[in-house]
Amino acid sequence: MFDLKFDENLCLSCPTGACLVKCQYMELDKEQAKEEIINIFRGKDSPVLKECVTCYACEEYCRRGNHPFYLITQRREDKGILTAPRAITRQWVNIGEPKGKYEVGRISKKALSFGFMPQFLDITKGRLFEDVMPSYFFGQEFFCNVVYIHFGNTSVIKKRLPGVIKQIHDLGVEEVVFMHDECFAAFDSLGPAFGMQIPFRSVHYFQYLYERLQTLKDLIKPLDVKAAYQRPCSNRLCSETHKYLPVIMDMIGVDLVQRTYEDENALCCGSIFRSMFGYDLAADVQKRNIDDMTDNGAQYCIFNCHGCQNAMTAKIQARGIKPVHLVELCRMAIGEDPEKGV
Amino acid sequence: MSNIRERLADIVGERFVSDKAEDLYFYGRDPGLMPAVHPDWVVLPETVEEIQGIVKMAQMEGIPVVPMGAGMSLSGLVIPQKGGIVVDMKRMDRIVDINEKARYVIVEGGTSTGRLNAYLNKKYPRLRFSIPDSPAATTVAANVMIHGQGRLTQQYGFNSDMVSGLEVVLPSGELCRIGSCAISNEWFSKGAPLPDLSGLFLGWFGATGIITKAGIKLYPRKLLRDVEIFVTDSPDFIPEIIYEITHTEMTEDINIFSQPLPLIFKDNHHVVIYFTGDSEEEIEFRKKTVFHSLDLFIRNKDGGFMSVGAGMKKSLLEMPQRNASTFADVTKGGGFEYSGPIITIDKYPQCTRKLDELAHKYDLKYHGTARIIGRGHAMMFAFSFTFNRSDADMLDRTRKALHEASQYALSIGGVFWKPTIDEQKMALQKMDPEFARLLKMIKTNLDPQGIMNPGNWESK
Ligand SMILES: Cc1cc2nc3c(=O)[nH]c(=O)nc-3n(C[C@H](O)[C@H](O)[C@H](O)COP(=O)(O)OP(=O)(O)OC[C@H]3O[C@@H](n4cnc5c(N)ncnc54)[C@H](O)[C@@H]3O)c2cc1C
Ligand code: SF4
Ligand code: SF4
Repeated sequence: MFDLKFDENLCLSCPTGACLVKCQYMELDKEQAKEEIINIFRGKDSPVLKECVTCYACEEYCRRGNHPFYLITQRREDKGILTAPRAITRQWVNIGEPKGKYEVGRISKKALSFGFMPQFLDITKGRLFEDVMPSYFFGQEFFCNVVYIHFGNTSVIKKRLPGVIKQIHDLGVEEVVFMHDECFAAFDSLGPAFGMQIPFRSVHYFQYLYERLQTLKDLIKPLDVKAAYQRPCSNRLCSETHKYLPVIMDMIGVDLVQRTYEDENALCCGSIFRSMFGYDLAADVQKRNIDDMTDNGAQYCIFNCHGCQNAMTAKIQARGIKPVHLVELCRMAIGEDPEKGV
Repeated sequence: MSNIRERLADIVGERFVSDKAEDLYFYGRDPGLMPAVHPDWVVLPETVEEIQGIVKMAQMEGIPVVPMGAGMSLSGLVIPQKGGIVVDMKRMDRIVDINEKARYVIVEGGTSTGRLNAYLNKKYPRLRFSIPDSPAATTVAANVMIHGQGRLTQQYGFNSDMVSGLEVVLPSGELCRIGSCAISNEWFSKGAPLPDLSGLFLGWFGATGIITKAGIKLYPRKLLRDVEIFVTDSPDFIPEIIYEITHTEMTEDINIFSQPLPLIFKDNHHVVIYFTGDSEEEIEFRKKTVFHSLDLFIRNKDGGFMSVGAGMKKSLLEMPQRNASTFADVTKGGGFEYSGPIITIDKYPQCTRKLDELAHKYDLKYHGTARIIGRGHAMMFAFSFTFNRSDADMLDRTRKALHEASQYALSIGGVFWKPTIDEQKMALQKMDPEFARLLKMIKTNLDPQGIMNPGNWESK
């Protein structure tokens, strides 16, 4: 009932085939790229369906309003092509199953969404969040389920996401600030791409932080540190939010080191690669990524996703780089001490 | 049989003997499912001589004697089936000696695993012993007595395989040293190159004597430990997965678990693989080797390594692992018991299917775990159930499920581990009659009156 909106004509007239030409995990020229994506659209076989490692980046590379990665995902499912070991997919599908263990704060017109990640409760403190907290919610009932695109599984999203939209709507909120890219993308990109109506306004937390920091600008003391940013796969699904990052860094006095693997060329944290494909790809990507951070003098690695943070913390610490979540860094800049929970 | 209490008080001191009803109530049961039987006296000796005194007196009077560590082996092994004296070993908790270079330690018969662990942490941080996942109050001597298994079991076998010498009070009250310590001051071997007589005591549950000192081997403690979990959706892949991982000889330990709750674990089998190393590089090399050993499964989508979050990692790396005790109270009401046969790894699929079937049949919360023993030489497969002690019907269902699990394990070639007295009877019936006769000959010769932990390994 929810069909992906994809316009083949945009591809036929595409001047770049950027979606697959820029793919970091396959070598395709412009003509091949266009041919493969059209093949995929038409339901034909394509090596891309086997080789795509689900980095999500082609969603960003396509600047013409198509959804190449959602298409790949849909066709994988249609053809029964597995990306991950069955047990890993099963585990993830189980994790997202509503359990009746959600938590809802004192909801007002505006609320923070943590997806199903309670750890956000520990960091969304202090002055940056005083105008919205304790209006928050989290739990499987509010989990966007977008992660299943890693597993070539759109049907579980189509089954669960409408319920999640209703749950959020039933809270009576008008505006939701999403603390995780994937959740934001669910309501800003994926849901609409599959024809779902979203009855509330979705705000990405980058935008929220930017606006709050402007309000609190008198409190900001530049941090004067060099940092690398670990851009997560899910930010590719809402790539227009990426523009806030350098602006925020500028405001709080963080020098984002110039890297090979930044912006469109960012590299995955490796976590999902490890689960899906084993050792080599994840190790190679992590090594290149971390070497690139240290080679360019990063003191901090800024995370935007707890999954990335979990996957990379030990490895970057071993190389002398401190892990920090973007929210914590912003709080430090206004004189708060997130480690002490102040 | 007169004045036993006074005579015991003469031996151990007034404070350390009791025949009070509340003490006898407590010492008559364990946390498992076996029916309680109250002892007549409880004593807490502090020295070897006191134990000898107790046993000699008991011998003279024909009174049963049951040694007890922390009483947590669950299968009723410390319940005094014929009353008599429970000898609680907890006061004999000293660390007697350690030979750092030869990597062994000598502990008393009641020294707890927690105490030894704390001692090594503080004084010998480069040495470790095999810590079971039982609570820290459980004792080293009891653990080797019951052929327990702990960390390092995948490398070095049962905890009893790690014994390096014993000192035992025989049922006659005489004191005997077993192993290299019988002719030397060194406790480096429980047998070789002499005849290995440790088998006269290990696995007997105190029915042939009381261990007053145990030498156990220590092992290098690496600076770092880590854990990974390989998940598969079918138990049929497990034997091959274990074969491949153990072939690498890269791991500290391997456990397997499957359980229906929380949902994250539902319908999968989890192979928990522990790594140690003195550097990140060493650990990484080990991990890489193990990952590659499973490449075929990954490529075929038959299994993969899950991400282990910081919280889960912390709990898995604990020694002992507290989540074993947490599971023990899932149903609330404090009941936890498992049937844990030792069995070959190719039987994993059958065992897990049987566990599923039993849990459904008897409507119980369950947990399947397996601990790999040696390089895949065998495993302990635990059919675990939790129950509410105040729910008589649930108790009954649990008993039936456990009994059926034991029978099943025996029927497919398993051997009971720390068997209840009923299971010992089943084993005695099934075993080679000459083996059973030999057991009897040993027991009768060592303990002609049958006073030592009576009921255990007794054949007609
Ligand atoms: C939550 C939980 C987790 C567990 N996990 C593990 C595990 O990972 N590995 C494992 O092996 N076991 C495990 N167990 C089982 C058991 O608790 C342990 O094996 C434990 O080490 C038993 O020690 P204890 O001192 O409680 O033994 P007890 O129950 O006191 O004694 C066990 C047997 O040894 C005899 N005995 C005790 N001391 C002496 C002595 N000095 N001389 C002669 N005989 C003696 C007793 O008579 C009895 O027959 C677990 C139990 C629980 C409750
Ligand atoms: S998906 Fe986008 S980038 Fe790719 S060919 Fe079509 S229009 Fe071009
Ligand atoms: S998701 Fe990544 S790997 Fe897959 S096709 Fe798109 S860019 Fe390539």
